Amino acid sequence: MPVPTPDRPIGRPMIELTNLCKRYGAQDALKGMSLSVDPGSVHVLIGPSGCGKSTLLRCVNLLEQPDAGSLRVGEANFVFAPGGPMPPARVLERFRSRIGMVFQQFDLFPHMTAVHNVMVGPRLVRNMPAGEAHEKALELLDKVGLSDKADVYPRNLSGGQAQRVAIARAMAMEPDVLLFDEATSALDPELVEEVLKVMAGLATEGKTMVIVTHEMAFARDIAHRVTFMEAGAMVEEGSADDILSRPENPRTQSFLSRFHLRAGG
Amino acid sequence: MTYEFDWSAVLSIKVWASAAGITLSYAVVTIAVGLLIGVFVGVAMLSSRVWLRAPASGYVQLFRCTPLMVQIVWFYYALPIIAGFSISAWIAGGLGLALYMGAFCAEIFRAGVISIDKGQWNAARALGMSYRRMMSHIILPQAARRMVPPFVNQSVLQLKNTSLLYVVAVPDLMYKSYEIASSSYRPLETYTVVAVIYFVILYPLTKLAKQLEVRSDH
Repeated sequence: MPVPTPDRPIGRPMIELTNLCKRYGAQDALKGMSLSVDPGSVHVLIGPSGCGKSTLLRCVNLLEQPDAGSLRVGEANFVFAPGGPMPPARVLERFRSRIGMVFQQFDLFPHMTAVHNVMVGPRLVRNMPAGEAHEKALELLDKVGLSDKADVYPRNLSGGQAQRVAIARAMAMEPDVLLFDEATSALDPELVEEVLKVMAGLATEGKTMVIVTHEMAFARDIAHRVTFMEAGAMVEEGSADDILSRPENPRTQSFLSRFHLRAGG
Repeated sequence: MTYEFDWSAVLSIKVWASAAGITLSYAVVTIAVGLLIGVFVGVAMLSSRVWLRAPASGYVQLFRCTPLMVQIVWFYYALPIIAGFSISAWIAGGLGLALYMGAFCAEIFRAGVISIDKGQWNAARALGMSYRRMMSHIILPQAARRMVPPFVNQSVLQLKNTSLLYVVAVPDLMYKSYEIASSSYRPLETYTVVAVIYFVILYPLTKLAKQLEVRSDH
């Protein structure tokens, strides 16, 4: 797997979350999370299941509306208050169209072929002409190694292939930011690698990525920053090497001790 | 003593043809109107606006939870008292049947839409699709397939339900058989023939429903 140079781009962060809170009924999913992701960097979120990392990711593209705190991605800025109004639909749609998301269960559109899954975003959201969208979709499928599967329906794709189509679908919108929500957790072990390879490729291209994963070896290989979360709050954040190899917080240490890090020191 | 069958009085095609025509016309028209009502009311039931949602689900509950016969009788005997003008049995029967079908269609529509996996909605939203586009290109094409079997099923029931038109004396198959039976004194033959007619119309429809079910599996 390619190892990107860990030198961090300078300038204004691409993503900034400040004191983000999210409640589900009586349960606090996020208790004042702050996070900042530099442009072109890869930020990995780790933590036990139910710690709020998926919720955090879903707040970044406002699939969930935070109850408090503020969120900035690129030029778009939002401040939230409990019971406050959702931003207008137009604003939300435009905002989300700039952020790609890849889901644990792929969530490809089952009634469309692979290439249609990839072109549907640019077609419907950007009103791109069909010919252009189709051509672009084929290029993207080629990039994820699936040019021969363009006319195949999702039900005839393996999990790994489906997830690669889903990545191509997210890429088709030319997003500023890519979010990966446990993109390999639903895959058979032998299919994980092909998806991680595509993700690593995107990382080396300098895409801004926020990744929720349990693949620690992968995280160490491609992440610039790693955040360990527990119970809706950040426990420790630092460079991939620091957090994954030399965690200071005993809770991070205990969490990581359950993973056997493969390759690397 | 054995019963001696005499089919002569009840086997005239001419007698049954007009009644079958009425039954079929009522079925086709009220299913079509009911489908139309169902789509509009179904959309309203899914709305986030309470002033759309509440009356829509009120209508559906009202018509699902009262017997169709009561509805037809109500439109014929009760409505004119409030409205101040009488409506013909033909209209009262049609109104009851269409509104009844509409309530079930609305429920089929709503259930079909919400049966679509949450992930599909999230994936469409994450791409930045508007509600309208998400509905027309992602959710409804998938939901429509799931709506077909229950819709065909409800249509079969609807054709049978047209037999309730006899309570307001619309000369459908049921009413006609009642007439023939009382004039010929041959109820056994008459009601057997009418059952066969209903069966012949509906059996192919249920076969079709079965086939559509299999197809929507994959």
